[in-house]
Amino acid sequence: MHETDMTKALILTVRDWWESQPDRPNITKIHLMVGQFTCVEPAGLQFAFEVQTRQTFLENAALVIQDVPLVAFCHPCQQEYQPEIGRQYACPTCQAPMDDIRSGRELKIDRIEYDGAEVGNLTPNPATTR
Amino acid sequence: MHQTFDAALGIDLLHVNQAGADHNRAHFDRWGITCMNIMSSPGAGKTALLERTLEGLHQKLAIAVIEGDMTTELDADRLRQYGVPVVAINTGRSCHLDAKMVAGGIHTLEHQHDPNALDLVLVENVGNLVCPAEFEVGEHAKVALLSITEGEDKPLKYPIMFQEADCLLITKVDLAPYLDVNIEQIAANVRQMNSHCTIISVSAKTGEGLEEWFGWVRSRVQASPLAKTHTHA
Repeated sequence: MHETDMTKALILTVRDWWESQPDRPNITKIHLMVGQFTCVEPAGLQFAFEVQTRQTFLENAALVIQDVPLVAFCHPCQQEYQPEIGRQYACPTCQAPMDDIRSGRELKIDRIEYDGAEVGNLTPNPATTR
Repeated sequence: MHQTFDAALGIDLLHVNQAGADHNRAHFDRWGITCMNIMSSPGAGKTALLERTLEGLHQKLAIAVIEGDMTTELDADRLRQYGVPVVAINTGRSCHLDAKMVAGGIHTLEHQHDPNALDLVLVENVGNLVCPAEFEVGEHAKVALLSITEGEDKPLKYPIMFQEADCLLITKVDLAPYLDVNIEQIAANVRQMNSHCTIISVSAKTGEGLEEWFGWVRSRVQASPLAKTHTHA
């Protein structure tokens, strides 16, 4: 269950950003990009996020996960293709190995949505996330 | 109605581990050590391979082992009989080693043994085909093991490990006569996602393929720009 560790990294990263903001905004959504060619299960991340953010500055934030499909580029054919994970990775046209992955390895915080006007209603308690 | 703002971050979630791995690798580079991360599912034969590797190479290379996949001290004792430093990392219930855990192992090793005298550190990862592939520990090469009893389809089902490997050892090939398995198909499935890795069929029991494996290890150690000028035997 490394989704737990990944979620911890996610929360600490967002907290660093949040603490660097002068007005400590109320974060409403965290947009995460998770490639299909990673070892991460989005449902596991959602569960870990829900558990780990309870009673923290992220309690009211939603985790929005965008699935990024695996796309490879075949150099002999000079074209992109979508490998079938679990079945076929080589180029379906010429059978060349999957050498150049163009997307699908992402594991990143894309952006954060926050509500600047609600700053006063925050009840932050960063210590609980340590 | 409140106005909503956006902040574009684009931060990689693994950046903390990656920074730790780079830090570990910088230590290895300074000491002139080549580090290999040995990964497989549980029971593919990592410890048996390490035993045979120490037996075959400990007089030619100065080797140390960082053990992440250890159920008992017996494993470490089996390896220590070759006279090499063996550092056990307490992984608890972790499903993989991360850079921070290995940094702890390096720290222990550094206090027990002069790291400048070492050529090679073998890190035995936790038995798992999924997670270890995502967490670099500071290695210069990734070695994946797949035993023939696991079936030809595993590289297709757990592709990341095999896509990242620099060397694939197909283990327990002495069992081939008793199994309905196509070893060529295992190699072909790995080739679908990895055109560069060296694939060697080995048996820790009969010794088949081990010389080729030792040759690969030695060539990687010697290819390191920081390889020691001294040679043992």
